Amino acid sequence: MENIIEVNNISKLYKLGQITSSTLKDDLSDWWGRVRGNQSQMLPDQDNAASNKLHWALKGVSFNVKQGDVLGIIGKNGAGKSTLLKIISRVTGPTTGTIKMHGRLASLLEVGTGFHPDLTGRENIYQNGAILGMKRGEIKNKLDEIIDFSGVAKFIDTPVKRYSSGMFVRLAFAVAAHLEPEILIVDEVLAVGDADFQKKCLGKMKSVAEGEGRTVLFVSHNLQAVKNLCNKSIYLVDGKINSIGETEQIINNYLLREAKRVTEVSYETPAQAPGNSEVKLKLAKLEILDKDKDYIDVHTPFNLKFEFWNFMNDKEVNLSLHVMDIKGECIFNIGTPIIKVKEGILFGEAQIPGNLMNDGNYYISIMVVKDKSTPVFHFEEQLHFEVADERGDVMWYAKWQGAVRPTFLKFSIENPA
Amino acid sequence: MSNSDQQKSSSFIEIKPTYPLFDLRIKEVLHYRYLLFLFVKRDFITIYKQTILGPLWHLLQPLLTTFIFTAIFSHFAKIKTDGPPTLFYLSGLIMWGYFAACINKTSTTFISNAGVFGKVYFPRITVPLASVISNLLSLSMQLILLIFFLLVYHHQVCIQYTILLLPVFILVLAFIGLGVGIIVSSLTIRYRDLAYLVTFGVQLWMYGSSVIIPLSVVPDRYKFLFKLNPVIPIIEGFRYSLFGKGAFLWIDFLYSIAFTVVVMLVGIILFNRTERNFMDTI
Repeated sequence: MENIIEVNNISKLYKLGQITSSTLKDDLSDWWGRVRGNQSQMLPDQDNAASNKLHWALKGVSFNVKQGDVLGIIGKNGAGKSTLLKIISRVTGPTTGTIKMHGRLASLLEVGTGFHPDLTGRENIYQNGAILGMKRGEIKNKLDEIIDFSGVAKFIDTPVKRYSSGMFVRLAFAVAAHLEPEILIVDEVLAVGDADFQKKCLGKMKSVAEGEGRTVLFVSHNLQAVKNLCNKSIYLVDGKINSIGETEQIINNYLLREAKRVTEVSYETPAQAPGNSEVKLKLAKLEILDKDKDYIDVHTPFNLKFEFWNFMNDKEVNLSLHVMDIKGECIFNIGTPIIKVKEGILFGEAQIPGNLMNDGNYYISIMVVKDKSTPVFHFEEQLHFEVADERGDVMWYAKWQGAVRPTFLKFSIENPA
Repeated sequence: MSNSDQQKSSSFIEIKPTYPLFDLRIKEVLHYRYLLFLFVKRDFITIYKQTILGPLWHLLQPLLTTFIFTAIFSHFAKIKTDGPPTLFYLSGLIMWGYFAACINKTSTTFISNAGVFGKVYFPRITVPLASVISNLLSLSMQLILLIFFLLVYHHQVCIQYTILLLPVFILVLAFIGLGVGIIVSSLTIRYRDLAYLVTFGVQLWMYGSSVIIPLSVVPDRYKFLFKLNPVIPIIEGFRYSLFGKGAFLWIDFLYSIAFTVVVMLVGIILFNRTERNFMDTI
C-alpha cells in the first residue's frame, strides 16, 4: 500500500521568553542579519550562547503512514506529540523538513474544534464541514447521521455556548468522524465525555480505519486505548523518535523507559547502608516472575526480596511490609511470622500475585520489628515501581477504580431459565 | 486512474518551512468559497443575535451621526459643505463607515480568531475577506437609504457620469481597508500596541478625509497634505458623482488605485508570513 503521509526530517524550534520592547530591536537585528545573508543567525546550533532561549520541540522526525493505518503517538508530556500533530494539521509550520499528504485532513486537537459559540449546533456542523473544505451538498448528505451519532438532537438548534462540555465534544467528534476525511487526527479528546461515548468514539475510529480504509493519527496517554486501536505506534522522547513499529512492542519500550522505578537497592558494606546499630539494609529487590515481561502490569506476579545485616542476638523479630500508593495511602500491610534471630543475615521475601494490584505508582517500605511490637528501624520508600494497565479486549477505558483490582474474589451472575 | 485516486491527487498537500514570499493562493480560496459564504453569514447574523432592532442598526448609525454632524458642524460651526449638508455628511459617512469597518474588523483577524486558528487549518485570508464582504451588506442598505435622501433633495442633486465608477470606489475602499487591516493584524501579533493605535488612528484619519471638511475649504498651502490621503479622492469623487460639486481629478483617483495595489501587496506578503507560525507567538 502506498504512503498517505510522508514526514521527512521535521524539526520545530520555539523561542522561549517574553516578548518585550527589546523584541523590536532583536527583530531588526535578525532582519539585518538575514539581509546580509548571515544564515547561521536563523538556526543556531546547540552550543550557541542564545540557545538557552531556544527549544527544539521536535528534531529530525521522519516516518511514513500507510493508508488505513491507525497510528498511535505516545510519549511523556513535552515529548513533542502535540507539536507534531499541530504541524501535520497545519496549525503551525515546521522550522525544517517537509510533510507530504495525499488527502483531506480533519483534526480534533481539542474539544469543540473551531466551533463558534453563537451559532447553533446545526450551523456549526455546516461551518465545521466547510472548514474541512467540504461543499454544502456533501455536508447536507451527512447531517442526519452526524446529529444521530452525537446524541444531541434535542439541542441541535440551540447555540453551542449553552452546551455542556460533554455535548460539545460529542458534536465535535461526530462532525470530524463523519465528514469523511482521508486522514483523521485525534488528540486526547477521549479524556472528556462519558464512558459510553468514549466507547462509541473508539468504535467509530476503528471502523473508519478498517471499514473505510481511512487513516487515523491518535495521541493519547491512555495506553489501553492505544493498544486496542492502533496497529502501529510511534514513541517520542524529547522531540525525537525513540522507536516506531507494532503497537505492542512500542508500548513495551515506553513502559520500560518511562515507568519510573527503583527495583533494586543494595549495599556492599554495613557502613554505607541505611539503618542503625541493630539492623542495616543490605538489599531490597523487586523480581518480576513473568519471564516474557520486563515491566509489571496488573496481571504480573512479582516477588519482593530483602536482606538485612542483623546485629541483634536472641531477639524475637519480624518484618512488616507496607505497599503505599503515590498519595502516601497504605494499600496493604503484611507481616512475617515472628522468629528468634541471631547475629547475621536476615532474609525476607513477599510474593505478590498477579491480578491483585490496580494500575498506578507504588512505593515499598519495610520495617524491622522486635519483641512483637517495638520498631527497630523503618526503611521508608526503598522501592518504587509502576503497575501498568492491561485489560485485554475490554472496551472500557476509564480509570479502573479502587485501591486493588483482585480477580480471585468470586463474583458470578446467573440467569436461570 | 480510479475515481478515488483522482480525488486524492486533487487534495495533495505539501507542508514546507518556507513558501514563496508572494502567494495569492486564489485556487485554495476558491475551493473554500462555501466557508467564505458561511463566514459572511455568520458575521451578519451574530452581530444582531439578541438585539431588538437587528439590521436596522445599520441605518440608524449613519442617520443619527448625520443629524448630529449637520447640527454641530454645519449650523453651529458654519463649515461650508459641497451640496446640501445632510447629503454631504450622509454620503461621506456611509463611505467612510464602510472603510473604517473594514480596517477595524480585519485588523484583529489573528488575535480574535486565535482559538479557531490554533486548532484547524483553512486559508486564513478567508476571515478578513469575509469581514470585507459582510460589511458590503450594510453598505448596500445604507446606499438605499442614501437614494431615499437623494429623492427628497432631488432638486439639488445632479448625477454625474462618474457614478458609474461607484463599484470601483467601493473596491478601492475595500482593498485599502483590507490591506491596512491585514498589515496591522500581522504586526499586532508581536506588537500589541498597534491594536490601540488603530482604533484611535482610524478616528483621527476621518477628520482628514473630507468626511466633515470638504477639500474645497482646505487652505491651499495644506492641500498637498490632504492629497496624500488615498481615501479623499474616493469620497470627494463619490460626492462629485452625486451632486456635481467637490473635486474629482483622474490623477488623484489613479493615485488611490496605485496606493491600493501597494498596500495589498505589502499586506499579503506580511499576512502569508504571519499565518504560518503566529500560533507560536500569540
